[in-house]
Amino acid sequence: MSDFASQSSHSLTASEIGRYSRQLIVEELGVKGQERLRDASVLIVGAGGLGCPVAMYLAAAGVGKLGVVDHDDVSIDNLHRQVLHSESSVDTPKAHSIQTALNRLNSSVTVVPYCMQLTSKNALNIIKDYDIVADCSDNAATRYLVNDACVLTGKPLVSGSALRWEGQLTVYHNGKDCPCYRCIYPEPPRPDMVTNCADGGVIGPVVGVIGSMQALEVIKVVTGVGSSFAGNLFLFDGLMGRTRSIKLRSRREDCLVCGHQPTVTELIDYELMCGSGACDKIRPLKLLAPSERMLATEYAEKRRQGSHKGTALLDTRPVGEFAFCHLPEAINIPLEEMRSLDWAQIAARLPGQSAAQSLTQVVAVCHRGNDSQLAVQLLREKLAAAAVSSDSLSVVDLVGGLEAWAAEVDVAFPRY
Amino acid sequence: GCIDVTIEFSGGAELLVGKQKIHKASLPSNRDWTIRSLLPWIAEHLMKTDRPELLIENGTVRPGILVLVNDTDWELLGELSYVIKPNDTITFISTLHGG
Repeated sequence: MSDFASQSSHSLTASEIGRYSRQLIVEELGVKGQERLRDASVLIVGAGGLGCPVAMYLAAAGVGKLGVVDHDDVSIDNLHRQVLHSESSVDTPKAHSIQTALNRLNSSVTVVPYCMQLTSKNALNIIKDYDIVADCSDNAATRYLVNDACVLTGKPLVSGSALRWEGQLTVYHNGKDCPCYRCIYPEPPRPDMVTNCADGGVIGPVVGVIGSMQALEVIKVVTGVGSSFAGNLFLFDGLMGRTRSIKLRSRREDCLVCGHQPTVTELIDYELMCGSGACDKIRPLKLLAPSERMLATEYAEKRRQGSHKGTALLDTRPVGEFAFCHLPEAINIPLEEMRSLDWAQIAARLPGQSAAQSLTQVVAVCHRGNDSQLAVQLLREKLAAAAVSSDSLSVVDLVGGLEAWAAEVDVAFPRY
Repeated sequence: GCIDVTIEFSGGAELLVGKQKIHKASLPSNRDWTIRSLLPWIAEHLMKTDRPELLIENGTVRPGILVLVNDTDWELLGELSYVIKPNDTITFISTLHGG
């Protein structure tokens, strides 16, 4: 036995001291903190924009075991923010991609990939093997599920979220008076009031900031330094360059899951509770009958024959999205703007009014064919209000939107 | 006279009020103002939409929006009954779910 090992009052090896020396030197962390990190296990729910920095910093810091849950594969439009994945891991499971990256970063960390959706059936069984959970998910149903599972198994929860330029972070269920997610948000928002990253967009460094702070709070909880955000909400606004920390209410005595007389004593159906699925994929709406819709291939055929002269293509996407790609004949009136216009104002912006051939059809198009259906309904109301007969002007939408156009008509058209 | 307050929106809630995050408002001081009475005032004066239900539901703020008074959770201050004072900042934050 070397002199080092025989003299030592801690269990760190010489190589561990070398590797982690720059954080060991920091007084509040020290050898005790490093031992706790090495003996700790952290479950990361979601291997996306938040999960990547959380996994990266925790593996780098020497957390002994990291579980990573994600049912999804890496896609090319993830890479601007999900920085552990790379071009070579596109179309492979995100949990595996993270495992590969972490093995390269720190081979002493045990990484357990779970290539599955976290559900009411498997959550308790997975979470029970971990000390603490980082919620890096992308939807309301999973957030309630993770919260309830953490309360039922007695684990602290470090929760982050982000959209566009903004991020939010809170540590839940960490100490006697600390609220859980349900204490703050007893009722889920209506699904149509929730915007996800696929619809609203998100700036990469914003999830980087929030994910890095989640990793920091995990380190503080695990090492016993203590969290700064237990019962506090941290707000980050990257556009305005502003951060704030908000004092939240204490644990609610009447909380359904962590209160005095809980009624949620086992996991429930969270997709039902939230009225939305446990992923951020966009679900196709079916508001219109097939006869009220036009296929991308039908519209392409109309164009090819030159019989689209009396047809106006109305693109209902936001101005910014219209700017990065559109069909040349399309007129852009965003859905939100359209709500405040009457038919005469809309018609004035459409072509074909003064030409020899007058307007006989409006085709609404959007990104994926959901908003365009709402636009058709809206246009019909406005036409009725203006007493325009549906015989003289038909209004349809393009099924599947520009995604379908790119898939079925023009492979060179950008997909996003 | 008027009660000058700042009304802030963030987390996407600003999309309900013309994408403007900070609004300076002067409320007529001929009456007491609570958050309860502020909500219809916001719907009438700030919301650039004909859908007030995006903010207000059953007379209160809809689920998914957190309300702060001077950076404190409104639940600690009486929620709808909180009496608004001059120079208060009332904040409506939409909860984010993305990641």
